[in-house]
Amino acid sequence: MDPIIVYAITIVVEFIKILVIATVLMLAAAMGMPLTERKLVGRFTLRYGPNRVGPFGLLQPIADTFKMFFKEELVPGHVDWWVYVMAPGITLVPILLVFAVIPIAREAVAIPFTERMLGLPLMLTPWIADINVGVLYMAAIGSLATYGIILGGWSSNNKYSLLGGLRTSAQMISYELPLGTALLSVVLITGTMQIRDIVEWQGKFGGLAWLIFLQPVAFLIFFISSLAEAGRSPFDLPETENELIGGFVTEYGGMKFALFFGAEYLHVILLSTITTALFLGGWNFPILGQFAILQPFIFIAKVVAMIFMVIWVRTAVPRLRFDKLMAFSWKFMLPLGLLNLMVTALVAAILFF
Amino acid sequence: MSGLYLPKEYLAILLFIVLGVGFGVVTLWIGQFFRMKRPYFEKLVAYESGNPPTDEPRMRFSVKFYLIAILFIVFDVEAIYLYSWALVYDKLGMFALVEMFIFIALLLVGYFYGWKKGALQWEK
Repeated sequence: MDPIIVYAITIVVEFIKILVIATVLMLAAAMGMPLTERKLVGRFTLRYGPNRVGPFGLLQPIADTFKMFFKEELVPGHVDWWVYVMAPGITLVPILLVFAVIPIAREAVAIPFTERMLGLPLMLTPWIADINVGVLYMAAIGSLATYGIILGGWSSNNKYSLLGGLRTSAQMISYELPLGTALLSVVLITGTMQIRDIVEWQGKFGGLAWLIFLQPVAFLIFFISSLAEAGRSPFDLPETENELIGGFVTEYGGMKFALFFGAEYLHVILLSTITTALFLGGWNFPILGQFAILQPFIFIAKVVAMIFMVIWVRTAVPRLRFDKLMAFSWKFMLPLGLLNLMVTALVAAILFF
Repeated sequence: MSGLYLPKEYLAILLFIVLGVGFGVVTLWIGQFFRMKRPYFEKLVAYESGNPPTDEPRMRFSVKFYLIAILFIVFDVEAIYLYSWALVYDKLGMFALVEMFIFIALLLVGYFYGWKKGALQWEK
């Protein structure tokens, strides 16, 4: 068959795959996560959580979505229109984009029957893009989401929003540095930035060379900083309902508000996914990781466990005061991250050279 | 690689970007056909806990935010160098180790100077 047609078909298949992945992610963030979180937080605080709409409250997120969808979309008269409208999108899109570099299984699988039709089997890869600067891409694109929140806070032209936006910017750039040092330790040990290779590296010793065992300090730094980056409790200073009336979302309502919150939940999924890939060994697991068919399920099970962990932290730890939050990043996490990096380099030098 | 070469991986990312932006635009745009729109003055005014707004909302804010931003830039530039260093660490040998330790030590001098000067102190 004509190679151009084959190429067109691969692009169409790729597009359908991306569409499916994006839809699943958005549904998980907009419907799965709020329900899971409300149910779990309810149970943690000895309540039932939502249980009125549908069996066990399972239809609650659908009802919420309809409510958000039909709510009056108010653009207050004093806002910077373009920036105000674009800010939720700027928050959401970069977080979605980071998922592109995360592989959930080792090998690409051939789609059945395509070999007979096209001459070559059409491969379906369990990742969207397997680029050789994966970690850098992750750090670069992931931090763009900060802009959405800052712009949202600034363009709202409201004192609460401005304060929330400022706090967010200070918090996020502060926690990006420890996050960077944790990523650096990972890159230094594995010697690659390709995320598939990093996960592959963790498959040594019968699939148990997870970096959480080799780099526990980096894992903790990464986890805590990611929580701060996602604006999750105990670092949810951007929102602080009781002092800033919701911070940067004060002037938002309806679908734009929903996008901001979808972005936050998507960020939780993202941080769980990255932690799984970089520290929890991805699809590697003793014995079970051998089977290609089980690899995506192992990966997803680890992601779900991390999401549970994030929600658990939210109920267990109270919110920090802002100056303590900044001091914790600058005076503890950053020196600790650098120290961890230097110790790692020393140990690696003893082992390598 | 020689000949005609289309970077497939980045093409996929491009597709993903188009799709993500499209998703955001459609969600924000399509709703206007379903929902009501009945604005009046009180709804459009800035929210300040029920009081009529006073002053300009774009007020002056503390200089500490700028200090944090400058410190961030210093350490972020450092991170750029460290990434390339960490990537080829096992190929460079002892030289890289000593070199980078000197680099980090120089940075730490500045860091502790800033700490002593109170740049990291949020509350006086």
